[in-house]
Amino acid sequence: MDPRPDLRPEQLVGLYRTMRLIRRFEERVVELVNRDEIPGVTHEYVGQEAVAAGVSGALRSDDVITSTHRGHGHILAKGGDPRRMMAELMGRRGGYNRGRGGSMHIADLGLGIYGANGIVGAGAPIACGAALAAKLQGSDRVAVAFFGDGGMNQGVVHEALNLAAIWRLPVVFICENNGYAISAPIGQMAAVERLADRAAGYGMPGEWVDGMEVLAVHEAAAGAVARARRGEGPTLIECRTYRFVGHFTAERVLGLRYRGEEEIAAWRERDPLVTYPRWLETQGVLPPTDRARVEAEVEALLEEAIAFARQSPWPEPSEALEGMYAVPYPGLPARGW
Amino acid sequence: MGEIRYLEALSQALRQEMRRDSRVIVLGEDVRASLRGVTKGFLEEFGPDRVFDTPISEAAFTGLATGAALAGLRPVVEYQINALLFVAFDQLVDQAQKLRYMMGGQGRIPVTYLVPASGARRGLAGQHSDHPYPLLLHMGMKAVIPSTPRDAKGLMTAAIREDDPVVVFAPAALLAQKGPVADEEYVIPLGQAEVKRAGDDLTIIAVGPLVPEAVKAAERLAAEGISAEVVDPRSLLPLDRETLLASVRKTGRAVIFDDSNRTCGFAAELAALIAEEAWEALRAPVRRLTRADVPVPFSPPLEAYVLPAQDRLLAEVRALLAASGRPG
Repeated sequence: MDPRPDLRPEQLVGLYRTMRLIRRFEERVVELVNRDEIPGVTHEYVGQEAVAAGVSGALRSDDVITSTHRGHGHILAKGGDPRRMMAELMGRRGGYNRGRGGSMHIADLGLGIYGANGIVGAGAPIACGAALAAKLQGSDRVAVAFFGDGGMNQGVVHEALNLAAIWRLPVVFICENNGYAISAPIGQMAAVERLADRAAGYGMPGEWVDGMEVLAVHEAAAGAVARARRGEGPTLIECRTYRFVGHFTAERVLGLRYRGEEEIAAWRERDPLVTYPRWLETQGVLPPTDRARVEAEVEALLEEAIAFARQSPWPEPSEALEGMYAVPYPGLPARGW
Repeated sequence: MGEIRYLEALSQALRQEMRRDSRVIVLGEDVRASLRGVTKGFLEEFGPDRVFDTPISEAAFTGLATGAALAGLRPVVEYQINALLFVAFDQLVDQAQKLRYMMGGQGRIPVTYLVPASGARRGLAGQHSDHPYPLLLHMGMKAVIPSTPRDAKGLMTAAIREDDPVVVFAPAALLAQKGPVADEEYVIPLGQAEVKRAGDDLTIIAVGPLVPEAVKAAERLAAEGISAEVVDPRSLLPLDRETLLASVRKTGRAVIFDDSNRTCGFAAELAALIAEEAWEALRAPVRRLTRADVPVPFSPPLEAYVLPAQDRLLAEVRALLAASGRPG
């Protein structure tokens, strides 16, 4: 990794802290899913932390993101409150969505988090809308659309890329290429080697970046964000990354075989949670005692988040009929009995 | 108060709202040139930052409106063809309609989806002739279908001011109809049906383009000594159940005259409502006159055969009254 004189030591440490928070959040989530404290399934971000941390490190709090089914990392990196996230995962009233969304739908509009999304690629045009609004409102806010290599083949993502390009919208498209759309290798699902090359077809800059290198991601994202803020339009950045775990928590019981242990082991050699703090130490930015302190803070934050979630009350069942409309009418929404 | 066409009434509502509220923008295919006629002259008046021509990307521009609405704008999206709702369906029902609920009540999504030329126009066949409002109601989306120029202006204004997604169906068969419309801004609130013609022997609940047909039918029936009441729901969701049920309770007979498909159509919903809520008042089974469940065919005689029409309504009403005994 190259030195980054443009980043202050606390920013460099902050990137590690964010990645560590995401990794440990996800590990705790898996425990809670396995103990059935979290209903349903979750899609862990383990292995991809450098992307969310690097991109969000280049954003302001008023910038907007749209996220994916694998969204915990994006939300934490954008400043999402782990307590309210954990409460949402457990289906509690204190959750971000009051228990109506769960893992795939966490949103905090106040932080510009326009929601994780259960439909692959669906957030891309929504990010374009946020960007159009920023432009018309005279703000230099930008919007970031996260999607994966699977999303890169969704029609609406292509439509959104084109719209953003023709209207020069302040959007940064982050394609997190983790190699697999569930079990389908990207090499079988796209005929181009680098998905970033598709940007040329829309007349926008496309960049490929090593998604296991948080500083490389940050640098590419910062450049694209700066261009967008200057009114120079969108960018597509492909971050080549890898998920160390299954597509979702239920995968191991399904016994899917679509990649080998050697491949996973090879990518784990490049784990940013190992390589990056090691580099920070060699740079004298994060000595072992400081690192231990950061990690202890993360553990404490997660303990507090889990305790908060467990103490948060269950919603009243009848709350299931609330919040559908900003403007309610008698009899709406219809109940089923 | 002047007599203007339905299409001009829609245009007037949108123009007045855009003058009144700078957050209102309009986007869609060919809206600058105004292929459909609603936005004629808008580019000149409001400029390129309020009036957007989109690429042929219905899913993306529908999703864009959602994001823009969450960020504080009030987009009006025009769909050039009714069936384009299908192309945009995920963004309509899975995103725009669900997001506020799924986010725990965060945010507002004030988007108006205008479908000018909904339903059948002679000779456009199965992919340009649908009236797919039941699909949207099924997913909880608010929707209106005005039947007169006056209603068109008032409901369009209400839709734009509503802080939720609302679909405005503007039937092709009505766009050229003229009627009295007040020049100033006014709102017809969502969820208010209107009795378009009073009567005592039976209730015809007519929807959208079939309302004028039902009124004409009622006039012919009056000449035969049959007094038919025509009720126009106007707003499909929210639905003014009370006005509909009050009419059926009064007359004891109901024929539903609806331009959507039969299976799981809007008429089916109304028939179930009447059966559940006004059973004791019924003197005859509820009858439905709807489209046939086929794509609208091209050839004029085929098209006419599958769409609900006045002659079938007249036959249905006469048969219903004969079978159930005229009130004495």
